[in-house]
Amino acid sequence: MKLTLIAALGVAAILLWIAVEIGLEAMPAIQQYAAGFLIATRWNPVKDIYGALPQIYGTLVSSLIGLLLAVLAGIGVALLLSEDFLPRPLQSLLALLVELLAAIPSVVYGLWGIFVLVPLLKPLGTWLHTYLGWLPIFSTPPSGPGMLPAGVILAIMILPTIAAVSRHALRAVPDEWRMAALALGATRWETILNLVLPVAGSSILGAVLLALGRAMSETMAVTMVIGSANRLNFSILATANTIASLIANQFAEASGLHIAALMYTALILFGLTLAINGLAELLVGRRQ
Amino acid sequence: MVNSQDAGSAQSPGGGLRRTLLAPRTLFGLVMSALLYGCAAMTLLPLLALLSYLVSQGVGRLHWRILIELPPPPLVEGGGFGPAVVGTLLLVAIASLLSLPLGILAALYLAEFSADQSLASWLRLATQVLSGVPSIVVGMFAYGVVVVATGKFSAVAGGFALSILMLPMIVRTAEDALRLVPSELRQAAVALGATQFQTVAGVVLPAAAPAIVTGMMLAIARAAGETAPLLFTALSTQFWPTGWLDPTPSLAVLIYDFARSPFENQRSLAWAAALVLVILVLITGVLARWVTRRSVR
Repeated sequence: MKLTLIAALGVAAILLWIAVEIGLEAMPAIQQYAAGFLIATRWNPVKDIYGALPQIYGTLVSSLIGLLLAVLAGIGVALLLSEDFLPRPLQSLLALLVELLAAIPSVVYGLWGIFVLVPLLKPLGTWLHTYLGWLPIFSTPPSGPGMLPAGVILAIMILPTIAAVSRHALRAVPDEWRMAALALGATRWETILNLVLPVAGSSILGAVLLALGRAMSETMAVTMVIGSANRLNFSILATANTIASLIANQFAEASGLHIAALMYTALILFGLTLAINGLAELLVGRRQ
Repeated sequence: MVNSQDAGSAQSPGGGLRRTLLAPRTLFGLVMSALLYGCAAMTLLPLLALLSYLVSQGVGRLHWRILIELPPPPLVEGGGFGPAVVGTLLLVAIASLLSLPLGILAALYLAEFSADQSLASWLRLATQVLSGVPSIVVGMFAYGVVVVATGKFSAVAGGFALSILMLPMIVRTAEDALRLVPSELRQAAVALGATQFQTVAGVVLPAAAPAIVTGMMLAIARAAGETAPLLFTALSTQFWPTGWLDPTPSLAVLIYDFARSPFENQRSLAWAAALVLVILVLITGVLARWVTRRSVR
């Protein structure tokens, strides 16, 4: 019995251990740059000058693009999976396919992204630049890999999270309440919009946050399509970089202060995802 | 309610129960439903596109020999990813050995022995949050803990990283499995004079075993596809794995490396490896479903 308590505490302790380990490794960079690291925009391993703003910006913006594209579709799929739109067999088929979408390894998404998605999005990028080029976010000609393909691939990858967790929340709304609304004369959609969605609202918000955390921590697929450019560019058609893909690209060859600087960025990413996931778990409250 | 007052006008003028499709409330519902099906189509489109492209690119190279041969140098036909298959198995085995005992013990505490509910719910939250730690950060952690300590990239370092990613999944699925065991079974065991340990080890664990195995398989399938934590722990080589303290190739890292290769023969091998990986994930998923269904019955 004691052994199981120790194991359970051990699992929780790993979380702390990760934070301490990364923090210690990052110490040299933290001492050298302190908070200025967060707003400096140059990343030059040759001269040992490090600033993480472009990567932080890239992480946030690529995730937000993914979220924008995935939220409505994700909640829509969750509704199809929880309300009475589809016959049972079709519903479980859809659930299976969405699960499959979540199970495909991220490196496979990246492979597909390089060879299919990036070429596919290039004409769209050209069109956006030609007709809406006066907007800062479309101000550069499309470069092929970049922020836009990264956002699109993230959208595909986080959609199952939004759908599965929201479905769970929608299912938790008692059927009697739906029947009561219908008995009062509400149509199906009035029931959904005025009763089901508001009741499940905070859990769905949790699902969205969970997906945001997932998008920010996604590494391989993004690394393969974002173009790895370590400078700040507001155009989503240009190449960019995220914290995770910066680490994936550079860590194996890093040494000295470079390692510490990468550890510092990892600490930032860890802190960001920790806050978002913690909040999401509290909102979802999957267990009582 | 938005417009309960026009419920009457939504009915046809005849006063019957039939509503025309153009009545505002009905029309609104129809449009929304159509949008909903559009959402589903948009979700499934990438999946179908990905799977069909994967099959069309990968199936040509699929032959049992690619599972045992060495990767080819640039521009040479043939070859395979035998070392990566063995390496992935090795990494996943190490990860399972590390995470299964700890994960199941932790789940036992959460489901069976936690007298202190507030402590248990904090531990649960920590486990959930652990599952949200970016996999690349877990890789750096394993680098700091294992690679720096042993002085070299190794299968153990990679397995250690994967085990941390598997852990939360195992804890959660095992706890769920244990909770599904009816409490009557426990009461019956205790009534027969079994101690708490005997009850759990002799009655509850065997009853929950199929579902625990399911969770285990899903965790293993997920770990087999993980790439980011292996990049600077297990690293990669072109050769057969030489031991658990040496750099070890894996399917996932091989896909990443060959995807960026300028050589067509290596790229097509990346597609074949991706297909193998997805088939592996699919088989595990189906098996897992099959096991759960049997245990439910």
